[in-house]
Amino acid sequence: MSTPDVELTVKGHKRLERNITLLGLFTLLAVSIGGIVEIAPLFWIDNTIEKVDGMRPYTPLELAGRDIYIREGCYNCHSQMIRPFRDEVERYGHYSLAAESMYDHPFQWGSKRTGPDLARVGNRYSDEWHVQHLTDPRSVVPESIMPKYGFLADTDLAVADPKANLTAMHMVGVPYTKADIDRAAADLAAQANPDVDAGDLQIRYPKSQIRDFDGNPQRLTEMDALVAYLQMLGTLVDVNSAAAQEKLATEKGR
Amino acid sequence: MQAETALTRIGLWFLLMLASIGVMLGAKDTPFAIQAGMIAVLALVMVFITASRFDPAGSARGFFRMPEGKSRYDDDPVRWATIATMFWGLAGFLAGLFIALQLAFPVFNFEPYLNFGRVRPLHTSAVIFAFGGNALIATSFYVVQRTCRTTLAFPALARFVFWGYQLFIVLAASGYLLGITQSREYAEPEWYVDLWLTVVWVSYLIVFVGTLLRRHEPHIYVANWFYLGFIVTVAMLHLVNNLAVPVSFLGSRSYSLFGGVQDALTQWWYGHNAVGFFLTAGFLGMMYYFVPKQAERPIYSYRLSIIHFWSLIFLYIWAGPHHLLYTALPDWAQTLGMVFSIMLWMPSWGGMINGLMTLNGAWDKVRTDPIIRMMVIALAFYGMSTFEGPMLSIKFFNSLSHYTDWTIGHVHSGALGWNGMITFACMYYMIPRLWNRTRMYSLRMINWHFWLATLGIVFYASSLWVAGLTQGLMWREYGADGYLVNSFADTVAAIHPMYIMRAFGGLLYLAGFVVMLWNFAQTLAGKLRAEAPMTETPINPAADHPLPAREPVVAPAQ
Repeated sequence: MSTPDVELTVKGHKRLERNITLLGLFTLLAVSIGGIVEIAPLFWIDNTIEKVDGMRPYTPLELAGRDIYIREGCYNCHSQMIRPFRDEVERYGHYSLAAESMYDHPFQWGSKRTGPDLARVGNRYSDEWHVQHLTDPRSVVPESIMPKYGFLADTDLAVADPKANLTAMHMVGVPYTKADIDRAAADLAAQANPDVDAGDLQIRYPKSQIRDFDGNPQRLTEMDALVAYLQMLGTLVDVNSAAAQEKLATEKGR
Repeated sequence: MQAETALTRIGLWFLLMLASIGVMLGAKDTPFAIQAGMIAVLALVMVFITASRFDPAGSARGFFRMPEGKSRYDDDPVRWATIATMFWGLAGFLAGLFIALQLAFPVFNFEPYLNFGRVRPLHTSAVIFAFGGNALIATSFYVVQRTCRTTLAFPALARFVFWGYQLFIVLAASGYLLGITQSREYAEPEWYVDLWLTVVWVSYLIVFVGTLLRRHEPHIYVANWFYLGFIVTVAMLHLVNNLAVPVSFLGSRSYSLFGGVQDALTQWWYGHNAVGFFLTAGFLGMMYYFVPKQAERPIYSYRLSIIHFWSLIFLYIWAGPHHLLYTALPDWAQTLGMVFSIMLWMPSWGGMINGLMTLNGAWDKVRTDPIIRMMVIALAFYGMSTFEGPMLSIKFFNSLSHYTDWTIGHVHSGALGWNGMITFACMYYMIPRLWNRTRMYSLRMINWHFWLATLGIVFYASSLWVAGLTQGLMWREYGADGYLVNSFADTVAAIHPMYIMRAFGGLLYLAGFVVMLWNFAQTLAGKLRAEAPMTETPINPAADHPLPAREPVVAPAQ
């Protein structure tokens, strides 16, 4: 580059401007600090890692439905995060708690409401409404601009290996038990078919709903899985119970 | 190429093809099998290309031509990335118009592959990573060679960066339509595509830094700092945000390592800095080289550019939480995000001022030089959206604007106005120089492009401002009886006219780009349109060459 005696006269920021290693290191340093300060504490501080009563991992069928929700890009238009405003709470229900998405890998909070929030859509509409709405949204909501998803009812639910799904979730920290993982395939089939013995499904997964979701008991379709997922959203934690309200009253930091 | 080399390469491609077919047959899900099949077809094509390039005479010609020696800059990858920018720009803008029409008229949804939810990531990835990414590859390779007065380091690796990046784009885009997505906005590709991009990106870093290391100038020009900041930070963001556990190594699905709150903040730390480093730092690198070149003036303030660089890259990283205001993210993190977003306004405007003031003494060119005019409007939109961004990060405004189309309008005034316009301007500067022409086919058509695009942005942004405000206010409207006035469906119906206007704005912007494509094609064909002259920045091919390698410095006798 230049002769050594010239380098000696170079001071301060000029040294960075002539040395790619220094420039690169300082750049990396500058861009690392913000992320470390903001993200790292979230893994330790209480109100982001606390568990609330009622939270449980997804059943294999709900998880399959959630995978379809992600595959179809529902998150592009539907949020799952109710903010603590009067209008939102009256429209969608109690504001969302951090713990309610603790088993969401990845999270589905969304960023845009082209359609309404779905964080507490579970049990608000009938299965028949969901099937009809997904098949032809404008037949139930004339103003809707949602695409049609009728093909879900014609597509058999093909989960290559329900056990592998739960195992992967377990690896990222979702507390599935050995029994949950071993019985994944059986649980998947049993939840959508009331005629099959579900065993202890509802003990291992409290508040799980067992029924035929898509109105076609002969087949286990993707519609079954998606509706099962939608019908459980926001139903696990009883946010209006006295105990929960008492705890929320002491919550700080929001 | 020697016979042995050719045979070895053919054999390696053939093995890759067999492996891909094996993966395809063993795949756990159909979309993954299709993507493996695409790799197999590509490998087969490479077998044929390698075989056809087996040339006993030893001269390599065609697409993969190597540098023409040390006396010329190595511009082949730049030319290819320029063509790719044009191609993916058209694809991305068309996809954008398509989904805008879907929102206005839902009959344009074709289930399952062309539903809005699958095409929207295709649009965002095509414009950001395909159009913007190729523009960044083209300009960074162009700029780093000229500001270092040397040729690209590792020419073969530079070519791999270009072709590897195109493969990343094709896999990502086809994956979305097949339903392969991580659902992380602007990071939708699944684990195996992420791994591939990591390989390509590290190669990009090696080529870029390698070229800086062999520079013949003692000083690293400021444009290169921004390019370096962009490459290094995007690598960091990409690696952390895409940490995931694949369900099967023969399947496309993976589950992210982080969940819930932690995942949300990691994603928006990534998401916001994809804007901050991919769409801002990298494009500021373009500004710092091409604006002074086109204006034939030195950059306004070198000192300001130092402050601009360090404050911008330091502050940007903190701003992610402003995407999560009023969510379940802890309050202190939200406040940090908000405060740093407001502070970010200053370096952003510092950069804009540095760019605009470079025109001191050349302001008349805004009237007479359409490329300068494009650069000025790009900087104006940069200034506007970097004011609007901090404003929307203030909780008071965010409570109204979040979840509405205001955000979409804001993003597009930055993307169409800043990224689009500065890219077009840089391309108009580079194209005649890359293809050895005296000027673009038509400067008047650049003017047409300018007005169509500007008018398009005005329609686009203003209609979505109105749509966002309308929807945000209707959601929170209470009647005298104390009940909510509007159902959600009412608010969707209310913004229908704005959605139509937005699509019209997008159509104008696309029309401007089609004019550019025509201009580009005619320039490549070697034609010059007969038209009334406009101001041009003279091209001097004689001065556009690397410096010869220096003789070793002989230490003076002491």
